[in-house]
Amino acid sequence: MADQATQPQGGVRMTGRRAISGDAIAGARSAAPIAIAAALFGASFGVLARDAGMGIVPPIVMSLTTFAGSAQFAVASVLESGGALTAAILAAVLLNLRYLAIGMSVAPALRGPAGRRLAEAQLAVDESWAVAQRDGRVERGRLLGAGLTLMVAWMSGTVAGVLGGSALGDPADYGLDAMFPALFLALLVGQLDGRRSRTAALLGGVIALALTPLVPPGLPIVAAALGAVFALTVREVRR
Amino acid sequence: MTAAWIAVLAVGAATIAIKGAGTLVFADRPLPRGVAAVMPLLAPALLAALVVGQTAADGRAVVVDARLAGVAAAAVVLAARAPLLVVLAVAAGVAAGARALGAA
Repeated sequence: MADQATQPQGGVRMTGRRAISGDAIAGARSAAPIAIAAALFGASFGVLARDAGMGIVPPIVMSLTTFAGSAQFAVASVLESGGALTAAILAAVLLNLRYLAIGMSVAPALRGPAGRRLAEAQLAVDESWAVAQRDGRVERGRLLGAGLTLMVAWMSGTVAGVLGGSALGDPADYGLDAMFPALFLALLVGQLDGRRSRTAALLGGVIALALTPLVPPGLPIVAAALGAVFALTVREVRR
Repeated sequence: MTAAWIAVLAVGAATIAIKGAGTLVFADRPLPRGVAAVMPLLAPALLAALVVGQTAADGRAVVVDARLAGVAAAAVVLAARAPLLVVLAVAAGVAAGARALGAA
């Protein structure tokens, strides 16, 4: 983690040969409470994947490479119910299409060789991207700190779920599925600093809700990005 | 190759490409001006969509269940300027309570 954060930039503190980014620590700290929920959902993904006949290694590889809860649950659910392989893959790709937009918003924050930027971009998941927002931009240190924290939690949970099952049962029994939207709501409130951002939020929410019954899962959130485009037409009034 | 491996490798490769496209395409040059103007507004738009989707969507159905109770309670303590940890705990606690009482 320290090595990931050695890039010179604002907020970097040198301690001997290592530079530890205060931003990365701040990101990790912001992500810590949600990482608990991520670990338990990782475990329930592991259990579901095992039940779906995915074996032991494939679900673990999936958590490492795909690292996106909704898409992984979609694949395991479709395979578990005996659905078509192509349907499972298509559903997961649609669910992850929003990462085209998220990846573009992350792009200006990343530096260095292509391989490194590609690797760092993988740490952008909804939650790490959300806590990395600073003044309308993505802050790299926070993104990596939060992303690594969530990655460790998600991987540990998956391994535990695949190997041992989930001793704790369904995370929904503990209301943990309500923690994710509550996190997004809390981070959203901090974003509403003007007429344009409030318009973008309102349109994004309305578009997502209106399209949910009409198009396959995943696409409503992709379409909600249009709310940001439409909001540009509103005259900005900061508050 | 098993179906599981095909799904894992296909979805993994697609996701890595989707997440990395932004940084690979816009390497060492700024985002086009129109795109850059939209980016600060992307967070509020997508965050609102994630709130709505993860509170009220179940596949293609719009549902009212225990998650809505949890998120509504979180909104109340958020308005009272509670710290994030409290907001998250209230969301989970109220949703769990609503479920224990029989909400879906």
